[in-house]
Amino acid sequence: MVNEPMATLIVLASLTLAGALAAMWLRNLVHCALALAVSLAGLAAVYLQLDAQFVGFAQLLVYVGAVAILIVFAILLTRGSEPHPQPILSSTWLVGAGVAVAVFAVFAWGILSSKAVKQEAAPAPATTVAQLGNQLMTHYILPLEVLGLLLTSALIGAVLIAMQERRPR
Amino acid sequence: MAEPLDQIFVTLKRLLVQLAPVGWQPFLAAIISVAAVIATFAALFALATVLERKGLGRIQNRYGPNRVGPFGFLQPVADGLKALTKEDVVPRAADQLVHFLAPLVLVVPVFLSLAVLPMGRNMVPVDLDGGVLFFFAVGAATELSVFMAGWSSRNKYSLLGAMRAIAQMISYEVPLILSALAAIMMAGSLSTVKIVEAQAGYTGWLPHWYALTPWGFAGLLLFLIGATAESNRSPFDLPEGESEIIAGYYVEYSGFKFALFFLGEYIGMFAASGLAITLFLGGWHAPLPFLEWFPSWGWFFAKLLGLLALFIWVRGTLPRLRMDQLMNFAWKFMLPMTLINILVTGAWRFMGAGAARWVVCSLLILVPYVLLGRVLRAGGQVAPRVYRYGE
Repeated sequence: MVNEPMATLIVLASLTLAGALAAMWLRNLVHCALALAVSLAGLAAVYLQLDAQFVGFAQLLVYVGAVAILIVFAILLTRGSEPHPQPILSSTWLVGAGVAVAVFAVFAWGILSSKAVKQEAAPAPATTVAQLGNQLMTHYILPLEVLGLLLTSALIGAVLIAMQERRPR
Repeated sequence: MAEPLDQIFVTLKRLLVQLAPVGWQPFLAAIISVAAVIATFAALFALATVLERKGLGRIQNRYGPNRVGPFGFLQPVADGLKALTKEDVVPRAADQLVHFLAPLVLVVPVFLSLAVLPMGRNMVPVDLDGGVLFFFAVGAATELSVFMAGWSSRNKYSLLGAMRAIAQMISYEVPLILSALAAIMMAGSLSTVKIVEAQAGYTGWLPHWYALTPWGFAGLLLFLIGATAESNRSPFDLPEGESEIIAGYYVEYSGFKFALFFLGEYIGMFAASGLAITLFLGGWHAPLPFLEWFPSWGWFFAKLLGLLALFIWVRGTLPRLRMDQLMNFAWKFMLPMTLINILVTGAWRFMGAGAARWVVCSLLILVPYVLLGRVLRAGGQVAPRVYRYGE
């Protein structure tokens, strides 16, 4: 019943979920950020297991390499990394859990009732990184350029914000 | 041709794998590759430490280690025993789990990144479609390890060192990846094996290495500078500046955990050198046509040792940068130069063979290099140094 890819998926998924749960439950914010990094790495491993090499590596490079560091820096620079005395569960946890269950139910219903699931699992298309690159450079060139422009403006904006602090001195 | 010698490790692995039952063969093949890579590079690490200490000693006009074994070459054994038997001191205030995990988070990804390097003809542990991407993706975890080490030690010097290291690694990762892009563009593939194949062959005596083109030479230099900064080696060793912050993020590590950090740093340097060889220095190809009788894996490791010598030489020669110099150099010099280099690579690709593209591409690199250098120096960079204390 449980074949080899399924077993791998179960291991990776439990790692990802454990990381996500730890990110919510741990008291120390830095521990939470590190647990989140584990969760993100687990997600990357799931992508890799599904033969999506490019997405998996990009996930590792961007989320584990950059976003996790960004979060950690934000924690260190804003509030102390010491645990706070508040209780783990907020007073409205019941409402939050209800919303989470409702959202999950809607998603599950949407996915299960869609046609994509009912089809027989088609043989996975062998998408290579080269094909992805070709498509990005030909068919999807306009979105790519727009994204590049957006990122460039964000970069210039970040530099400007950083520069203004120095002027008054 | 010395075909048997060239393929000796491939043949050996095939013979070993055939001993196992059919179902276990892929598993056994993977285990053999992993064991061979780990053993080889760990041995190279031991050799590198003693070579580095001896080289630095000569540069600084002293002997270096010369007591243990012949010419001091057994020094790493003594060092290893010392590290193993030393007490493992963990500060009482330290975050025990994170403090314990940090060296592992460094060493494991660094060894993983060796997996995509072609170390000889048919000798690559895994030939991934996006090999270069894998290399950089796996390397991303090392920044997290540095942070974990610095933060969990609960020591202000550790945290300062970690902050410095992360700022430096993030800054230099951008030019590092962008300079690798030039070779990827030219080979038209992210696979390390295909990039090496694209550099095969000779024109007369000269090999078709990317380092022997204007953009490739510039790319190689930029890549090596980026790699030096990534591996926190001198002149980019601010994160562990002994005179300022003792030893940076691994102040509170002793014994074997410190040795693991040391190992991770060196393996990281080997991996980056290996990628530089793959991308720009023709991988395992021989430098001259009549030297092809030498086995391909021999050439790879010869080039690796050559780059190691370069790193030792640089470490013994250049003084440590200041933090502002470090950041200025990354963002105002390295980044523009790598972007220009990418443009030049495109120009080289579309100009067609001939002397014209040599002239144009060389000028396109040299002129911005000189201009950038002039502009940066004119921007008040060279001024009498002001010392401020206790600010």
